[in-house]
Amino acid sequence: MLEIEIDGRKTEVADGSTVMDAAHKLGIFVPHFCYHKKLSIAANCRMCLVQVEKAPKPLPACATPVTNGMKVFTHSEAAVKAQKGVMEFLLINHPLDCPICDQGGECQLQDLSVGYGQSASRYQEEKRVVVNKNLGPLIATDMTRCIHCTRCVRFTQEIAGWMELGQAFRGEHAEIMPFIEKTVDSELSGNVIDLCPVGALTSKPFRFAARTWELSRRKSISPHDGLGANLIVQVKHDKVLRVLPLENEDVNECWLSDKDRYSYEALDSEQRLTKPMLKQCGEWREVDWQTALEFIGTDLKRVVREHGAASVGALASPHATLEELYLLQKFMRGAGSENVDCRLRLTDFSLDGKKVTSWLGMPVAEIQKLDRVLVVGSFLRKDHPLLAQRLRQAAKKSTHVNLLHVADDDQLIALHAKSIVAPSVLATELAGIVKAVAEAKGAPADAALAGVQPSAAVKQIAESLASGEKGAIFLGNFAQQHAQAATLHALAQKLAELTGARFGYLGEAANSVGGYLAHAVPNAAGLNASRMLAEPRKAYFVLHAEPELDCADPQQAMAALKGADLVVVMTPFKTRAIDYAHVILPIAPFTETSGTFINTEGRVQSFNAVVKPLGETRPAWKVLRVLGNLLGLAGFEQDSSEAVRAEVLGGKPSSVAERLNNRADGVAINLADVAPALQRIADVPIHFADPLARRAPSLQRTRDAAPPKARMSAATLAKLGISAGMQVKVSTTETRAGTSLGGTAIIAAQLDEGVPDGCVRVAAGHESTAGLGPMQGAITVERA
Amino acid sequence: MLSQESLKQIDREVAKYPAEQKQSAVMAALAIAQTEKGWLSTETIDDVAAYLGMPPVAVYEVASFYNMYDLAPVGKYKITVCTNLPCALSGGVHAADYLKQKLGVGFNETTADGKFTLKEGECMGACGDAPVMLVNNVRMCSFMQPEQIDRLLGECK
Amino acid sequence: MGALGFILNAAEGERSWRLAEYVRRGGYSALKKIINEKIPADQIVGELKKSSLRGRGGAGFPTGLKWSFMPRQFPGAKYVVCNSDEGEPGTFKDRDILRWNPHMVIEGMIIAGYAMGCQRGYNYIHGEIWDIYKRFEEALEEARAAKLLGNNILGADFSFELQAHHGYGAYICGEETALLESIEGKKGQPRFKPPFPASFGLYGKPTTINNTETFASVPYIINEGGDKFLELGKPNNGGTKLFSVSGHVNRPGNFEVPMGTPFKDLLEMAGGMRGGRKLKAVIPGGSSAPVLPVDVIMECTLDYDSIAKAGSMLGSGAVIVMDETTCMVKALERLSYFYFEESCGQCTPCREGTGWLYRVVHRIEHGEGRPEDLDLLNSVTDNIMGRTICALGDAASMPVKSFIKHFGTEFEYHIQNKKCLVPEDVQRAGSGFFKAA
Ligand SMILES: Cc1cc2nc3c(=O)[nH]c(=O)nc-3n(C[C@H](O)[C@H](O)[C@H](O)COP(=O)(O)O)c2cc1C
Ligand code: SF4
Ligand code: FES
Repeated sequence: MLEIEIDGRKTEVADGSTVMDAAHKLGIFVPHFCYHKKLSIAANCRMCLVQVEKAPKPLPACATPVTNGMKVFTHSEAAVKAQKGVMEFLLINHPLDCPICDQGGECQLQDLSVGYGQSASRYQEEKRVVVNKNLGPLIATDMTRCIHCTRCVRFTQEIAGWMELGQAFRGEHAEIMPFIEKTVDSELSGNVIDLCPVGALTSKPFRFAARTWELSRRKSISPHDGLGANLIVQVKHDKVLRVLPLENEDVNECWLSDKDRYSYEALDSEQRLTKPMLKQCGEWREVDWQTALEFIGTDLKRVVREHGAASVGALASPHATLEELYLLQKFMRGAGSENVDCRLRLTDFSLDGKKVTSWLGMPVAEIQKLDRVLVVGSFLRKDHPLLAQRLRQAAKKSTHVNLLHVADDDQLIALHAKSIVAPSVLATELAGIVKAVAEAKGAPADAALAGVQPSAAVKQIAESLASGEKGAIFLGNFAQQHAQAATLHALAQKLAELTGARFGYLGEAANSVGGYLAHAVPNAAGLNASRMLAEPRKAYFVLHAEPELDCADPQQAMAALKGADLVVVMTPFKTRAIDYAHVILPIAPFTETSGTFINTEGRVQSFNAVVKPLGETRPAWKVLRVLGNLLGLAGFEQDSSEAVRAEVLGGKPSSVAERLNNRADGVAINLADVAPALQRIADVPIHFADPLARRAPSLQRTRDAAPPKARMSAATLAKLGISAGMQVKVSTTETRAGTSLGGTAIIAAQLDEGVPDGCVRVAAGHESTAGLGPMQGAITVERA
Repeated sequence: MLSQESLKQIDREVAKYPAEQKQSAVMAALAIAQTEKGWLSTETIDDVAAYLGMPPVAVYEVASFYNMYDLAPVGKYKITVCTNLPCALSGGVHAADYLKQKLGVGFNETTADGKFTLKEGECMGACGDAPVMLVNNVRMCSFMQPEQIDRLLGECK
Repeated sequence: MGALGFILNAAEGERSWRLAEYVRRGGYSALKKIINEKIPADQIVGELKKSSLRGRGGAGFPTGLKWSFMPRQFPGAKYVVCNSDEGEPGTFKDRDILRWNPHMVIEGMIIAGYAMGCQRGYNYIHGEIWDIYKRFEEALEEARAAKLLGNNILGADFSFELQAHHGYGAYICGEETALLESIEGKKGQPRFKPPFPASFGLYGKPTTINNTETFASVPYIINEGGDKFLELGKPNNGGTKLFSVSGHVNRPGNFEVPMGTPFKDLLEMAGGMRGGRKLKAVIPGGSSAPVLPVDVIMECTLDYDSIAKAGSMLGSGAVIVMDETTCMVKALERLSYFYFEESCGQCTPCREGTGWLYRVVHRIEHGEGRPEDLDLLNSVTDNIMGRTICALGDAASMPVKSFIKHFGTEFEYHIQNKKCLVPEDVQRAGSGFFKAA
């Protein structure tokens, strides 16, 4: 520990601390621009110059290491003179356009210039003008305002993992820019807007929408991936105009993914539904709530009467709130049906009944403390941008991050080892790791793994895992959706046991864990999502989901829904439900209702509505409660979402981690490789993953939202006699459980050496591929 | 794409540095690429980036930072004249003016026939030989009085 | 070519830079001595300390002391780097050293590697002197072929690899940490210090950087002893030193003379003032050193202490001589332009300040000066100096300050009369700033 005195106040800091660290500890503000606690130290703005006793020159607090007994003055005459000098330099070439600048009111330069600037400029020469850059659909630039702090550059290098911005040229000619004609395509790109201390980088969708002081700031929780990033939603006249991160070191730190940040645009989409709709005599009509709900009550009673309660099923999105999911299942069960599920993309449900809740198995904030990690079956960076970011930082220190997956996308993580295999052998490959570790540890051989031959890649991963002290095995979205999900689970669990590692799931959606706690999953007597569609029901309730895009087999889902007598769809949007539903109810997106998401680590995060519901939109929990009342069901008296939450969680715990479980015993390991000639790999691209993201125009203009292609290795292309760029007809033709699951799509072929031979990667979640059947299994490709 | 010969030269440069520090060869690689292509186009910079496994913008930072890289086409002969103070005291500006007049172009301009590009240079570390000029980055010419300049231009076919 | 000392003694013909010639002159005997006599590293560093050799790159930091900062017991790689990125206006000595005596630098670097336990070295050579870079590569090949580089040098348990890295036109890469960044394949932007290169240098590893001339002095010190080297010069200013004389003299060039040689003598060696004109001012240590007027410089001897006492710096030993025909405003304008163009652009005071300085001096020179401009220039330099990451900020400021200090009347005249104090025809006859009539 080192002792330091700043402005007459003493404190002790750890070795290696900087003067800035010590000042923070004392709550002393040192003006700065380039310094940012999450980025490397650049010390280039020089705004943080302070006076240090015995030093002949002022020193930058951000970069000066504390020495024992150091005495620092941050507001002495010498310090202030240096700071004012720097401020003058920063302003000479900075346009004085605060009145029209989007950053006005939240500009660090503007704020500091009040204290450190001079009233009149001594600079009488011509000011520098810098041409603006096109950084893509999300970030607007006004590069003349740039003060060259290089925070944005360092962000792309260090946090996002790939340098997409640089400082080209030198001296006064220096310009922050992407490489010629390139844009910034990181899924974390919007963070540079928050980092920019001036108005050089601002939000393109937000541009000129409002002055910052007109906005009210309200807290919320991101409804997208399993992390549940904390948000500040900025609102004017009951309209969401901008979303910023609410700093929470344990969850999203100070970052947001672009999806978290920009999906709000969908709230204002033309596709928003504002009135209940009822289809009568083949015609859609807007009706009032009373009419719609009464129709549902009456017709549901009829279906139950005619076909029995088991003929009713409910499909919910895991992006729905805890309260919504809870009331949905309560309603279903009240009506006598056990058929309710929110795991729409799963295909292997054999863990059901083992009380597994598929959670992270550890706190998010401890990811950086791991020394060994294996991620299995995950489009990591796009599925979990901020968890990937944590792994990226860990890998930079000394953590081994290993990946076993079916596609070799660049995760921008310094991977220790990886193995990329076809989906049909993913489980066998994982078994290879288990076997290699077991052999290394001298554990008894497992009969189920007798025939497994660990590959070289897998041995390297095994060695890494066996040598660690604090490891973790994580199953990703792809692993969960895999046809051998239970086997993967059993193997990962075994591996964790052998290595003493933690074992968990990277939760797919904002409320994947909440779904389990809300019991929005069937018990033994009920049908899971897959069976509800394979064995068509007479009535369906759909909550927040778009089955044509959100289900493991869109064609099967469409067939089942189209054949039903009663389909009630609760959604904020005019979806394709028009084609198959009988009633569509406008329900509130997350910004228009209170509710709770339980994130992948079991953190309970409740939020309030930030704006009034649009038109006649109602929060789904209220709608479900009224439906319960209409059916005369008991236990539907909740007068607030808090009351619903209390009913589910028994109060308001901040975490439910102790109620979560990943352990499943007695799961059969099935390594049978039933590989079809050509297998489909379906990712769910980041901006196609849920109804909100799909309708956010700016997100849809990013590279990540490019329409799906049929991606194949050169060998596969050659074998099929297809060349890249060609339009091809892809078809899924598997027949399972008596239902034909066929379907086709016409898309372009693309060369992708990251796809294992014999596989075709065709993304799901997009209109252009919704015509296909199952996300997994056989696929054929021919010239269109 | 760069020629095999250029790639071979780049490999030789890469070998100068520790195995995990390929990026160290970027300055040499850009110089080699520029020698082959005449200037550094976006495509050439992309190629160098891909070859060395660097983000293209990082290569662009380098290419735009150092004076001797040309980010736009130049004439067959690029003549850079030092006009810094020590040279200026011994006729550096004079030599530049003479060249401008002979070639009929100013600094950063190329003659209509595409043969000569004139550049103003900073100190080349040869002030004792003033006036000095550099031809195509590699040939240093010393004591460039008008007579010597005429001879140089004559040699440039 | 000027007077010859132990470094420039080789300047005698097209082959003199070759290994065989160097060996004939006694080259590599210092390395052999160290290896044959198994001289311990400490003793080598001790000898350097005794020699009072001070870094020839500009700052004059004692070399022995610098070498002693390198961690002894260090598990990973350590590096020796030679700074031949000579780009400071007026400095052109390293070019001659490498042209005539590359092996002397190589030998010095190998000894440095031996003394500091480094396995690898790089010589960073100014991009504009391409032929010299090529020659150095050839010299390296010769040394490798003779097993003076590589594994088990001269049969000893000591291995050292040396490579040449070329610059490509950026003055700032002469600054040692910018130079390291440049070797790492980045823009040459200086690093904030601490940490110093001795703890965090090339690729983050302990590194020692010295100037070409500094390394070239090492073999002599080992062969002849530190005391002998010290005696060549004067106390605290050991050895001989190369002075690059440019500007208004009859015979510009490099002169290797003992430290402490009177300036007058150097001027004479350089053939005296061109055209017999009167000396007006001298920048004694490269363009970054404060200018000294004739009466001051004529009293100086050429060593760190004397020049410092006179209010300037010995710097790199680049002596820029200006005669009575020189317009000092024009001279400063050109220097200010240089720093403005060469600022790396990283830190605020230098990026913004050098442009400001240049534009104001430019205005004054072009008859648009204002009465408050000199105060403004002084104040802007105050705001730059000591506030930047590297010393370029100071380097850009010192000429401005000193030109105004010593030649203020010329600047005032310019501002008031919108023309030079030195009449144009006088300038035309002398400095060569103008277009031929
Ligand atoms: C702007 C700037 C330019 C410099 N240029 C050179 C140079 O061209 N050559 C050089 O040897 N040192 C130069 N230096 C000094 C180096 O940073 C460093 O001090 C020197 O190489 C150390 O070697 P020495 O101790 O042998 O002098 C420069 C410093 C600055 C701030
Ligand atoms: S002082 Fe100038 S050259 Fe040095 S780091 Fe700062 S901007 Fe770059
Ligand atoms: S915050 Fe310290 S130099 Fe910018």
